[in-house]
Amino acid sequence: MSRTTSKKRLLGWLADAALILYFIFALFPIAWMVILSLKPTNELFSTYFSFSPTLDGYRTVLGDSEGIPFVRFFVNSLVVSLGAVALSLLVGLPAAYASARWRFKGSENLMFTLLSFRFAPELTVIIPLFVLYQKLGLFDTYVGMIWVLQLVTLPLIVWIMRSYFADLTPELEQAALLDGYSRKQAFFKVAIPLVKPGIAAVSLLAFIFAWNNFVFPLILTSNEAQTVTVGALSFLGGDRPKYNLTAAAALVSVVPPLLLALTIQRYLVRGLSFGAVKS
Amino acid sequence: MGWRLNLRPYLLIVPALLLTCGILYPFGLGLYYTLFDFSASKPQPDMVRFENYETVFTQEAFWNSAWVTVLYAVGAAAVETVLGVAVALLLHRSTIVGRVLEKILILPLMIAPVIAAIIWKLMLQPSVGVINYLLRPFGLGGVQWTDTPTGALLSSIAVDVWVYTPFVAILALAGLRSLPTSPFEAAAVDGAGWWYTFRRLTLPMLWPYVLVAVIFRFMDSLKVFDIIYALTEGGPGDSTVVLQIRAYLEAIRFQRYSFGISYTIVLWAVVYLAAMVLVKHLGKIQRKAAEVPAK
Repeated sequence: MSRTTSKKRLLGWLADAALILYFIFALFPIAWMVILSLKPTNELFSTYFSFSPTLDGYRTVLGDSEGIPFVRFFVNSLVVSLGAVALSLLVGLPAAYASARWRFKGSENLMFTLLSFRFAPELTVIIPLFVLYQKLGLFDTYVGMIWVLQLVTLPLIVWIMRSYFADLTPELEQAALLDGYSRKQAFFKVAIPLVKPGIAAVSLLAFIFAWNNFVFPLILTSNEAQTVTVGALSFLGGDRPKYNLTAAAALVSVVPPLLLALTIQRYLVRGLSFGAVKS
Repeated sequence: MGWRLNLRPYLLIVPALLLTCGILYPFGLGLYYTLFDFSASKPQPDMVRFENYETVFTQEAFWNSAWVTVLYAVGAAAVETVLGVAVALLLHRSTIVGRVLEKILILPLMIAPVIAAIIWKLMLQPSVGVINYLLRPFGLGGVQWTDTPTGALLSSIAVDVWVYTPFVAILALAGLRSLPTSPFEAAAVDGAGWWYTFRRLTLPMLWPYVLVAVIFRFMDSLKVFDIIYALTEGGPGDSTVVLQIRAYLEAIRFQRYSFGISYTIVLWAVVYLAAMVLVKHLGKIQRKAAEVPAK
């Protein structure tokens, strides 16, 4: 008896050890970037470990001194990501509500079409858009970027919000209708307030996806509307690699998604695991 | 009243559909472009019908890219599945260690893949990177991670694994937590061992959940772009030129627009076919899994 318990305990420790090993793999790169970003330039190429932390790397990255306007890229990322989420909420919420409340001809097909854009290779639409944007003057503009980023945000918002609306019993709105509310009022005063937590979570998830996108800004912007994901890469260019600046830029660009992820972790997991658990 | 009720959902859905058409239009336009020899050097293109596609399929470069893409997608999806399920099983034991670590599981997934590739590129530098620094005591200090063909492919798969294993783990964990408990209790009463329970109960019942994750990961890896672009740019040589990178080089760098788009259309068709087959398979697996506890 005691032998089996001690064997069990040993296996438990081994399991914990394996788990910790994976998490070292998962977290070490982030920790190492923090160290690298704090290194002074003269320590970058030493082959032995030396570390006298300085904030110079961040000062250079945030101060335009390498000719890369990183702060502007950061603001650009904010504007286009928020814009894409706002636009997607505006058209996505009614669509999600409609598909959750009414069975109508072609509803499943329409919904699947929306989701199927997730599987299309980005370049299939970007290259024609690149040609089109050059003609229309949308290349390297906020409007152009918001227009393509909703390709990422809209399907996400429609699909997740659809399930939140479907979870509400229709009786609530029917009661409101009996009380003399119009359909519109029932939607805005009953349905929307009840799914508010869902809207908040899905908006943040969509924001993170838009923020993290790389291909769209790489091809459809050059300077004015460029975002942090493309901007961080430009520190790697040039004849003298500036590893500390690259690390600092990478870290600055992951601060918003990481902060959001830590605050709404529970909802994000629900959003991400949604398809599997519900289907 | 009747007709108004039927019209309303369409009205609500129209704005979303219009935005969607904003994407369908360039897609159709791209498809149309592939019938011409449209490039920067030929702004007034001639109709060439399917010549672009013929060139794609007869080019050795295409078959090389297709092979690299499949290796990458299968490799990444396979490692992520095994590792992700293992992490989920370990977290499902919910010890104190597990409960603390679970909260930060999501972090790599929130980092843009391109940024992850930059991070790993810095760590994999042969002379000053931290990986070789840590390997030096074991006599392995000089590995040229991204400068050899095999190394470059394995390194880019490693970045994919780093970013997306949490995705599989989260889905698998959600699946584990939604499994019915009674079959497991029955197995425990019967004195079934851990391995037997895992193979006969846990895995078959969990498989539909995992399969969704596998489908998503495999589809996404087939169209990988940002990780490769930032880590190797397709090199050394052609060793990591996946299809989307090839399309990018052709269309944007060499400005052979219609030829580059042909590449992405072929990739799009492949991804769609793969999705159809896998989704069909998913239905079968789910029906099978539903029968497991009954046995």
